[in-house]
Amino acid sequence: MNKTLARFKYWYRRASAAGTEYYNAPYRAAIARAQRDEDDLFMLLVFGEMMGIPNPASWYCLELQPLLLERFHDWHTRMGMERSPLDNMRCC
Amino acid sequence: MSAILLLIIGLGAMAAGYFIYSRFLAKVIFKLDDKFKTPAHEFEDGVDFVPTNKFVLWGHHFTSVAGAAPIVGPAIAVIWGWLPAFLWVTIGTIFFAGIHDFGAIWASVRNKAKSVGTLTGEVVSNRTRSIFMIVIFLVLLMVNGVFGVVIAKLLINNPGSVVPVWGAIAVALVIGQLIYRAKMSLPIVSLLGVTALYFLIYIGPSVPVALPEQVMGMSDNAAWILILFAYAAVASLLPVWMLLQPRDYINGLQLFVGLIALYAAVLIGNPTVVAPMINNNLPADTPSMIPLLFVTIACGAISGFHGLVASGTTSKQLNRESDARFVGYFGATGEGALALAAIIAGTAGFASLADWQAVYTAFGQGGVLAFVNGGATILSQGTGMDAAVAGTMLTVMAALFAGTTMDTGLRLQRYIFQEWGEIYDIKWMAKAAPATLLSVGSCLLLAFGAGGADGSGGLLIWPLFGTTNQLLAGLTLLVVTVMLVRRGSPTIYALVPLIFLLSMTLYALLLQLKGFYLKSDWFLFGLDLVVLVAAVLVTLECTATLRRVKREKKAEAGNA
Repeated sequence: MNKTLARFKYWYRRASAAGTEYYNAPYRAAIARAQRDEDDLFMLLVFGEMMGIPNPASWYCLELQPLLLERFHDWHTRMGMERSPLDNMRCC
Repeated sequence: MSAILLLIIGLGAMAAGYFIYSRFLAKVIFKLDDKFKTPAHEFEDGVDFVPTNKFVLWGHHFTSVAGAAPIVGPAIAVIWGWLPAFLWVTIGTIFFAGIHDFGAIWASVRNKAKSVGTLTGEVVSNRTRSIFMIVIFLVLLMVNGVFGVVIAKLLINNPGSVVPVWGAIAVALVIGQLIYRAKMSLPIVSLLGVTALYFLIYIGPSVPVALPEQVMGMSDNAAWILILFAYAAVASLLPVWMLLQPRDYINGLQLFVGLIALYAAVLIGNPTVVAPMINNNLPADTPSMIPLLFVTIACGAISGFHGLVASGTTSKQLNRESDARFVGYFGATGEGALALAAIIAGTAGFASLADWQAVYTAFGQGGVLAFVNGGATILSQGTGMDAAVAGTMLTVMAALFAGTTMDTGLRLQRYIFQEWGEIYDIKWMAKAAPATLLSVGSCLLLAFGAGGADGSGGLLIWPLFGTTNQLLAGLTLLVVTVMLVRRGSPTIYALVPLIFLLSMTLYALLLQLKGFYLKSDWFLFGLDLVVLVAAVLVTLECTATLRRVKREKKAEAGNA
């Protein structure tokens, strides 16, 4: 009985993995883009104040800045600014 | 004629095509090499480029190319009798669609998984690339216009399907939320989703919904078309995970369920093909079979649309080069099997020849309705399913396919408008909402312009859609042929389909042009003229390019 159950579990897991891949594969790129758009919005929330956009949330997000620094460069180039717009953040 | 025999011969021939001809193509023509590093490995990024299991890849390659088109085309074309449609679908699948889809994946994989559009620019010339963009735009425009009309017809023909067709969208929305927000496991969600969908299909016939015959001064058909486009516009603006992705998934499941059920019902019930082998008693105004057959059935025999899927997404996920044979060629075979089911439903699902003739009263009649009604008869006789439920099930299947194509098509059309907005620096056109409005507007213009105020004649564009689709296929075959010439492989296997396709398309366009002129249908006349110009340009481009490439090759051989 246990053996059958284990086998069932194994096949269930395999079916689930194959199904998930079938479900996701065609849309990976579109969803990654959507995720990036949301992340960009989040970056704006964190760094917005520094760019001159009055934003009360920035102060509360201050401690997130170091965590997002690595992605900062990608973000500002995507937003159409070749160089970092901030004096205190010279990433490039 | 027994339908089982038709089914066995058809599937047997296609299987032989896969096992023998595609092996030959893989070994001798394309010379597939598993040591070649596919783009999925070379540029692996976890997003676009991901080496994918070949069965999974086949699954979604097949489900994204198989839609309503391989149902509508064959179900219209059986008006000439079952034999011509049957032959073109089987031979087309084996010798045309197979090499086209397979070749498109191969060409793209060998060129860093670029799309056919980009490849025409690089392999052929930039001028050809511009023609390619125009042809794609025409294909999208027509497919959206026609499918709006097709779904409206389906909903009016079967009021019991209204609840499940729209209910399926709600089911898809819930599935999307369950997977992304609640992170539920896929098998459970699929089970729930399919159960809910079939429950809706089961109760659909007892809660029929029909629009009144006049809605704000419009016919019910016109009202449905407007509602459908309003829906498609909204759907094409939603994030893909919310609606498009789960709906595509349900469609995929539906496709397999529907195909298996239909084939099983044919095998159990063995219905008789009542339609004539070759119809000598054609309704007046039916155009000549040659060349119209070859553009009426595009998807199901050969379709340029597949090249877009093959090169845009599939090629980026190919694990090994030799998988191209299974994914591309066998994908085309799957589509052929769907077209074959449509032929059987449209010819064997009637009680007598007189019943069949009562449906196929004019060219463009029959079509998807014949598939639904005929298929329902076969299903209920073969499996004992209630006829109304079987009809609803097939209607839902066809309407969902057409609907998904519509909102994908509108999305792509919107991208084209946005791109034009950027190229020509028209700021407002580069934004999503106005670009969507432009796309919807142009499709509506087409649906009503061709069909009159009630939009009922929209299917007149069907053969024109076929011609543009074939032009697209011609361009893909051109890319494949040019690559074969440069490689020194035999080109005849791609060249013969290319020449046949272009000549039939040109011939069909000229014939239709004359027809529209005689009927003084200036709207369709103009549209036909546009496609004709594109077709002539494509033909000239093909001739010039092939001559140039052959000359280059000769010079190279002379130098060496």
